[in-house]
Amino acid sequence: MSDCLDISNLSATLPSGQRVLRSVSLTVQPGEVRALVGESGAGKSMIGKAVLGVLPPSVRIVEGAIRLEGTDLDALSAKERRRLIGAKAALIPQDPLTALNPSRRVGPQMTDRLVHILGWDADKADKRVRQLLDEVHIREPDRVMKAYPHELSGGMRQRVLIAAAFASEPRLIVADEPTTALDVTVQKQILRLIAQLQQEHGTAILFVTHDLGVVAKVSQKVTVLYAGKVVEEADTPALFANPQHAYTRALMAATPKYTDPLASLKPVDESVLAGLAAEVAVADHDWRPHG
Amino acid sequence: MADSRALPRRRFDARLMLAGGWLLVVLLAAIFAPLVAPHDPLAQDLMLERLPPFWLPGSEPGYWLGTDSLGRDLLSRLIFGARIALIVAFVAALAACIVGSTLGLIAGYFGGWPDRIISRIVDVWMAFPPVLFAILLVAVFGTGLMSVIIAIVVIDWTRFCRVIRAEAMSQARMDYVENARIAGFGRIRIMVSEVLPNVLPSIVALLSLEMGIAVIVEAILSFVNLSISSDAPTWGGIIAEGRLSIHQAWWVLVFPLIALFLTVLSFSQFGEGLKSRFDPVLR
Repeated sequence: MSDCLDISNLSATLPSGQRVLRSVSLTVQPGEVRALVGESGAGKSMIGKAVLGVLPPSVRIVEGAIRLEGTDLDALSAKERRRLIGAKAALIPQDPLTALNPSRRVGPQMTDRLVHILGWDADKADKRVRQLLDEVHIREPDRVMKAYPHELSGGMRQRVLIAAAFASEPRLIVADEPTTALDVTVQKQILRLIAQLQQEHGTAILFVTHDLGVVAKVSQKVTVLYAGKVVEEADTPALFANPQHAYTRALMAATPKYTDPLASLKPVDESVLAGLAAEVAVADHDWRPHG
Repeated sequence: MADSRALPRRRFDARLMLAGGWLLVVLLAAIFAPLVAPHDPLAQDLMLERLPPFWLPGSEPGYWLGTDSLGRDLLSRLIFGARIALIVAFVAALAACIVGSTLGLIAGYFGGWPDRIISRIVDVWMAFPPVLFAILLVAVFGTGLMSVIIAIVVIDWTRFCRVIRAEAMSQARMDYVENARIAGFGRIRIMVSEVLPNVLPSIVALLSLEMGIAVIVEAILSFVNLSISSDAPTWGGIIAEGRLSIHQAWWVLVFPLIALFLTVLSFSQFGEGLKSRFDPVLR
């Protein structure tokens, strides 16, 4: 059985030649939740976008491969790649306020992909969407499907987007900081919902986040990223029990604890950052882009 | 769940009703001109020259707004003038809208080289002073209704292009466009079914505004006698004639100006009103 997602040795550059991803390798097994952690600018969302084929035009992949269920995305034509990603992958976006089209009703936005990309008939798509709305605990599917996005709250919209992501039965879902834009009170519900649907549907998730608390709750595997470089990779329990890299330990020390929210907070230490900078410099020095 | 219910519909919109009401009056007058006009707009009668409007001494019954220096009924001329004004407004504005919005949507949504080419053309285009450009075009094509319309389209498509390009550009950066990409949809389909609905309110508002502008441009061209044959009643032509006899018969100048003013104002207000009706977020 092949990996659900296999990223090997992926490097990407900006037009200036600066690398934003530095030989990143990671895999997601079928049905597994892999967390991708790092501070902002570490390139975690960039990896998500690369997997989904929506990198900004200025970012260029110069090395490495992304395989979705064994198919090398690079070997496909643009159209084939779009169809494959449309059929096998989905996104739970960061900001539910802009991820729905404001001038279209919610229902058609949810069924669009099922009907036009997967070729389902309208009735089947409608039933499927209603079933998923039920699974995300939306009790008035008729009202929600007829509503415009601005008529729903942020939490409701995120539920709608989660339902839409699972509706097409994708093999892989990229969840890009799905709780960051939400109210703290709603965050927990949404996390629980994603975890629950993931288990019921057996979908693999690449869970992009900066929040180690979230990592501990939802994931089985973790990849820690710094400046577009993988610094540590482990099973989630092992990572929390015994973090190997100084940067991981520093991140943990910088995460607030419920028992003592303020006192235990420490910014990442200067010496750790210096060590990271040196590692990155060595990686860049040894790196020769080819073809 | 803390979801906000649909906002209540906006109540009776006075702006929309007044502007729409006046436009409806002008439209009906234009369509049924031969039935509603009390006289032949071209019939001259030198016995009845420069009759004042009905409330002034010396007016004749049946000549409500008076007559001009050739004895032609002013109200009838205004009603037939509305025909030309509205034909120009609808045809020219619609054509300019289709050309400009399409190019603007492509430039804004696709970016890159399509945007660079279209934007450069617009820049060069806008360097020409519009009225001079129009006069030049009509001089080249010859006078007539068709060349007035062509002149307006050629000048004013850039207005649509610029606005719609900017709107499409900001929409193209929205997450919902990226989501549609991820779902597997092609660019053309996303442009038409995701981006277009979001710029439609602006297109409608601009279209209505442009109809008002087309009425003005037509009036300007008739004023300098470059529109249609000089004895056909156009608002600009009537204004030009009224200017000559302003001391003897001010009404020949004032009434077409009022008609022009109200019509142009109504078009722009109607457009704004429609925009806020159309926009699901403002609604």
